[in-house]
Amino acid sequence: MRTISFDGVIVGGGGAGMRAALQLSQSGYKTAVISKVFPTRSHTVSAQGGITCAIASSDPNDDWRWHMYDTVKGSDYIGDQDAIEYMCSVGPEAIFELEHMGLPFSRTEEGRIYQRPFGGQSKDYGKGGQAARTCAAADRTGHALLHTLYQNNVKNETVFFNEWFAVDLVKNQDGAVTGVIAICIETGETVFVKSKATVFATGGAGRIYASTTNAHINTGDGIGMGLRAGVPVQDMEMWQFHPTGIYGAGTLVTEGCRGEGGYLVNKDGERFMERYAPNAKDLAGRDVVARSMVLEILEGRGCGEHGDHVKLKLDHLGEDVLESRLPGICELSRTFAHVDPVKEPIPVVPTCHYMMGGIPTNVNGQAITVDEQGKDHIIPGLYACGEVACVSVHGANRLGGNSLLDLVVFGRASGLFIESALREGIELRESAQSDIDVAGERLRHLNESSGGENVADLRRELQNTMQNHFGVFRRGDFMQEGIAKLAELRGRVESVSLDDKSDAFNTARIEALELQNLFEVAEATAVVAEARNESRGAHAREDFTERDDENWLCHSVYHSEGKKVSKRGVNFTPSTVETFEPQIRSY
Amino acid sequence: MLQVSIYRYNPEVDNAPHMQEFEFDTEGKDLMVLDVLEAIKAGHDSSVTYRRSCREGVCGSDGLNINGKNGLACITPLSETVKNDKLVVRPLPGLPVIRDLVVDMSLFYAQYEKIQPFLKNNSPAPAIERLQSPEDRSQLDGLYECILCACCSTSCPSFWWNPDRFIGPAGLLQAYRFLADTRDTATDERLSKLDDPFSVFRCHGIQNCVNVCPKGLNPTKAIGHIRTMLLNRAT
Repeated sequence: MRTISFDGVIVGGGGAGMRAALQLSQSGYKTAVISKVFPTRSHTVSAQGGITCAIASSDPNDDWRWHMYDTVKGSDYIGDQDAIEYMCSVGPEAIFELEHMGLPFSRTEEGRIYQRPFGGQSKDYGKGGQAARTCAAADRTGHALLHTLYQNNVKNETVFFNEWFAVDLVKNQDGAVTGVIAICIETGETVFVKSKATVFATGGAGRIYASTTNAHINTGDGIGMGLRAGVPVQDMEMWQFHPTGIYGAGTLVTEGCRGEGGYLVNKDGERFMERYAPNAKDLAGRDVVARSMVLEILEGRGCGEHGDHVKLKLDHLGEDVLESRLPGICELSRTFAHVDPVKEPIPVVPTCHYMMGGIPTNVNGQAITVDEQGKDHIIPGLYACGEVACVSVHGANRLGGNSLLDLVVFGRASGLFIESALREGIELRESAQSDIDVAGERLRHLNESSGGENVADLRRELQNTMQNHFGVFRRGDFMQEGIAKLAELRGRVESVSLDDKSDAFNTARIEALELQNLFEVAEATAVVAEARNESRGAHAREDFTERDDENWLCHSVYHSEGKKVSKRGVNFTPSTVETFEPQIRSY
Repeated sequence: MLQVSIYRYNPEVDNAPHMQEFEFDTEGKDLMVLDVLEAIKAGHDSSVTYRRSCREGVCGSDGLNINGKNGLACITPLSETVKNDKLVVRPLPGLPVIRDLVVDMSLFYAQYEKIQPFLKNNSPAPAIERLQSPEDRSQLDGLYECILCACCSTSCPSFWWNPDRFIGPAGLLQAYRFLADTRDTATDERLSKLDDPFSVFRCHGIQNCVNVCPKGLNPTKAIGHIRTMLLNRAT
C-alpha cells in the first residue's frame, strides 16, 4: 500500500472541511482534502435560509450576546457556554471574511448584508421581540457559501482528492491518530494518507432515518470511523426533525419561509402554532414546532386523505417576495410537491434534518475522549469540525442558521489551531505496519465477502427501525424493541454481500462501507436515546415528559466498547459574560 | 411497464459499451429518473454506476443524457421525458466515460479553473463587508446559481470539438459572474485572458446550453455580454 504524507489532511469537502483547508493552505502548509464527492456536491450546498450572526446590519444595535442567549436557550441548556460564546463573538469576523472572498449575499438598501428573521432569535435576551439576524444569499446561502469556499481553495492551491473515500482511521500504539486509509473510487487503489493532523469534517448522517432532508451521501462516515477506532461520541440521541420537509419527498423547505412571514396551518386552516407558542408562534425552536405539528396530526387535524401532514402557507406574501426572497423554494415546491406556493400552501411534515451530537471536541477542534473517571483527554492527531463534531454549540436543539455559522467558525478555528501547532513543530507520528493492517481490515473483509445480504435491503431495514422506534416522540419499551432489532441487524450488516468486486468506480463497494457507518451511528443513537430518561430539546420521551436538570443537565457520552453510556459536564463558564442559568424554556 | 435502457461500460470487462434493458414497474407513480436508477441499483443490479448526492437539483452530481436531452436525473420526472414507455439513459456526451453513466469531468473542471473563479480585489478589505447596492447585487442573479452539473457544456458542439480551448458555457457563465460583480477589480485582466479566437468566440450562439440548463440559466446571454466587453475594449 502506497503512503502519501501531508501536514494536514481534511476528510470531507463540505463547508467545515473547506474552511479548515483554506486556513491551512493560506498559511503555506501542505494540505489535502479527501472528499467522496466533488466538493461542491457536498451537503452544505443544500442549506437554504442563511447563516445566523450578529453583524448588526438589520439592527445596528444587535449584540452577539443576544445571539448567545438565544443559542443557549435553544440548546435547552446543554450547549457548552464557552463554545457558544466563541462562536457568537467570532462569528462576525468569519462572515465578513466570507463576503470578502466573494460570497454573493443579498443586500439591504444601505448595501449591507441582508438579514432575515429565523426561529428562536430574539433581541435583548428574549425581552426585545423577534430579531432578524440570519444573513442570506436569497434562499441559496449554502450553495453560495460552498462554491465561494471551493473557489478560494482553488485560488490557494489546496490539494483535492476528489471522489476518494476515507475507510478507517490509523491509530498507533500510543493511541495517536496518524492518518486514514483511503480508497480512490475511480481506480480502486487503496493508500495510507499520513498526516500530522487529521481533521474529520464528514458531516451528518441523516440517512439513518427513512425520511430525511439529507443527501444520499450523509452516512456518518466520521462517526463510523471514530467509533471503530474507540473514539467516543456525545449527545447522539439529539436529532433535529425539521418542521418543514416536503411531504412525501423529504426535501427541505427553509425556515426562512416562516421568517419571511409564512405560517403553518392544519386541516381547518387554523394557524395552530398560536396555541403552542403564543409569542414566537411559527418561529419557536424547531423542536417545539415539530412536536406541535405531530400533535396536530395525532389529534386528527392533519391535512390530506390520510391526515398525515400539515401545510405551509406562503401565498399571502405575494409573488414578488416569493420570487425574490425564496426563488429556490418556489422551484422545489413545484418540482417535488407539485404545488405553486404563489397560489397554494405546501404540504409539509417534520423530517430528520440534523445531528446535534458527534465527536466531542474543544473550541480548537481537538477531539476528546473521556476516561473511566470522567476526565477529558485530547486524542493526539485527531480533529473534528462541522456537523460531525459536538463542540457543543447546539446542545439538545440547534437553532436555524446556526449550522452554517458552526461550520465556518469551527472549520476556521481548527485550521488556525493546527496552523499554530504546526508552526510550533508537531512531529509526524509513526505507525507500525500492524496498525495500518488493522485499519485496512474492514475493507479487506468486505472485498473478500461472499453470500450475505443486499446493501439496499439492509439499509431500508435500518432506516425503518430508526424511523419507527426513535422518531419525534420516544418511549422506553419501543426503544428497547428498536435496540433489539439493531442488535440482530449488526451481524448481517457486517457480513453484507458485495457482488460487484470491480475496481473501476465501484459505487456498490462505497455504499456497503457507508451502510456500516450508518449502522454505527444508528446504534449509538439508539442506546443513548434509551438511556436519557427525560425530555430535553429534540429528545422527547412519552414516559419521561419533563426535563430533569438534577440528573440530566449534562452531555451523554457513548463508548463503542461495551456500548457504555456515561455523562459529561456541560460548560457553564463563558469568559466574558455571565453564565446563562437554566430556565424554563418557552417561546 | 417502463422499458429502461441504460448505457453500460466497465473498462475492466467490456471491450465496448452496450445498452442494457430493464423492465420497470412504476406502479403508476410519476417518479424522478433518479428514483428509477436507485430502484434498479437496489433491486436488480447493484453494479449500475452513476453519481448522485442531494437528490433535489442543487448539487449537480447527476447530470445525464435522458431520452436524448441533458438534464438532472433527480429533478426530471418521468412524465416530462418518457414517451411510449421508453426511458433511455446515457452518460453526458462528449466526455470520456469512466464507467456506465460516470464521465471524466477533468476537462470541464479545468475550463472552470481557467477563468479564475474567485473574487479579485486588491484594495484592503474593510472591517465589515464591502458594500454593494441591491441593484449591483442583482447583476449576479442568473449567474451565481450555477451548480457545475455540466449539462450545458456537454450539449455544446463547440465544446465537443474544442474542449481544451473553448471555455464552454458553464465556465463562461462563471467568467461573467466575476466580470459583473462590482466588488471585483480585475476586469481588464480577466478580459485579457479571454481575448483569443477560442476561449469565447467559439460560441456560435446555438443555445443548446440554454435549452438544457436545469437551473434555467442563460449562458448564451452571459457570453454575449463578454463578447460586447471584449469588443468595446478593442475599440
